[in-house]
Amino acid sequence: MRVKSNVNRSPLGLTVTAVAVLIFLHFPFFIVMLYAFTTDETTFTFPPPGLTTRWFGVAMNRADLWPALFLSLKVAIIATAVALVLGTLAAAAVYRSRFFGREAISFLLVLPIALPGIVTGIALRSMMGLTNIPFSFWTIVIGHATFCVVVVYNNAIARFRRTGRSQLEASADLGADGFQTFRYVVLPNLATALVAGGMLAFALSFDEVIVTTFTAGQQSTLPIWIFSQLTRPRDRPVTNVVAFLVVTITAVPILLAHYMTQDARES
Amino acid sequence: MELTTPKPSIFRRISTALHNHPGLFLLLLLALPLGWMLLVYIGSLIGLLIQSFFYLDGFTGQVVRQFTLRTYGDLFTRPHMEIFGRTVAMAASVTVGAALMAFPLAYYTVRYTSRRLRAILYLLILLPLWSSYIIRVYSWKLILAKEGIVSWFVGQLGLTAVLDWVLRLPVIGGPSLSISSLGLFLVFLYIWLPYMILPIMASLERVSKSLGEASGDLGARPSTTFRYVTLPLAFPGVVAGSIFTFSLTLGDYIIPSVIGDSSPFIGMTVYSYQGTSGNIPLAAAFTVLPITIMAIYLLVARRLGAFEAL
Repeated sequence: MRVKSNVNRSPLGLTVTAVAVLIFLHFPFFIVMLYAFTTDETTFTFPPPGLTTRWFGVAMNRADLWPALFLSLKVAIIATAVALVLGTLAAAAVYRSRFFGREAISFLLVLPIALPGIVTGIALRSMMGLTNIPFSFWTIVIGHATFCVVVVYNNAIARFRRTGRSQLEASADLGADGFQTFRYVVLPNLATALVAGGMLAFALSFDEVIVTTFTAGQQSTLPIWIFSQLTRPRDRPVTNVVAFLVVTITAVPILLAHYMTQDARES
Repeated sequence: MELTTPKPSIFRRISTALHNHPGLFLLLLLALPLGWMLLVYIGSLIGLLIQSFFYLDGFTGQVVRQFTLRTYGDLFTRPHMEIFGRTVAMAASVTVGAALMAFPLAYYTVRYTSRRLRAILYLLILLPLWSSYIIRVYSWKLILAKEGIVSWFVGQLGLTAVLDWVLRLPVIGGPSLSISSLGLFLVFLYIWLPYMILPIMASLERVSKSLGEASGDLGARPSTTFRYVTLPLAFPGVVAGSIFTFSLTLGDYIIPSVIGDSSPFIGMTVYSYQGTSGNIPLAAAFTVLPITIMAIYLLVARRLGAFEAL
């Protein structure tokens, strides 16, 4: 609508600062990538004395790594599923009606990630203590689902707001009932937002560590496994390789989620 | 509609009923998410509050479920207050540092980039936010190590003496960067910085360009426009970002247990009370203070209009 003016030239100082901040945000990833290949076993010497790929084989043979990875995957899948259902329902409710306490809903949903992680963790832990619920797979899932809901909710409500009501009215005018409108109008519109929200929820759950340490008991998810490696460094090369793999693998859902919602953001 | 369709299907009847009873429909939509959040989350917070009024019997090691203020008596002791002071000071410095670093990048991205470059920068800011927290913390263990890249780089510049001097300073120094408060500050800053950049970008995007042009037309120099138009309008974004940087630093226990000289922070203390000593009441009482701090913070932030920038 507005006439697009030419992009102004940025003052040099500002450009340099912006680039420096970007480098600050990204060079640690390159360091992680590099150290996965170092021949140095006991220290973090830079520059690495030599490069090798043999630590990848060593990591593959670590027996305690795999159960942690699978536990994390299972927790993330189920927590994401729960978050998808709860987040979409909440977004639909907030979008379609005005009711008392409507503003409080988004506040309530964002609370688990806005309050310090330790609070969510110890709150769930003390609830388990009060009700004598033992640690289990499900206690981890419940904790994760609780803070993942907001991610799905945010994506879904943004898409609802962008879609507008006219399509729903058109569908009803053409004789569709509520279920048909949902199936043929709402869901296709919402799909990419839900996939994006789901992937972000997955990424959030997959590497959550603070709340998890309170709800997991003796169980070890992948981030807890990595954390235990950090405090008692036994096999540094193996930790480096796992770090490399986690960085590479988690980039995929993040990039996909970004591209799925990008069109929505640009318009 | 009932006239044209004499025998509506069950689906149609349900959807008509829901349409005619919006309250019922709303209830059906809200029941699950609201029930979950109230039961699991708010319930747990209340549970936390209740636990903080119990106490741990020192002889049996069992939690005594009896109302008492004893645990709060244990809480307000000198060593605990030092932990609070240290954590709040760190959270405040990280917040200020993050705002100072985030603003130039956000301003540059929103004001001086083409649409294409902006999309790329947006992704570059988002990527660290979503990638693995624990790995990002770990990467700094590699970076700040005595034999790591920072020492190497400083050595290449011939500034090793300067680094050593900084590390000899009280409070922020330590035997090496990775075991100093300065290093800890850097890692906190790195980890929570994206949470500051995004809200500032969101608020800058809402500052209409025509306001700047109007200010220019009225004779203001660009620096005056920035000071009196852009900055005040973008301030809610800074406050919104500070909610995250402050709160996340306040409640983190992973970073201070991996980096730094292991002087205790709130998070670590809570974790060790509930874990090794099984003193859940004291751990619970310990978190009541950060909750109170955040509640006040959120109220003030709301006043400053930060919630529109979230």
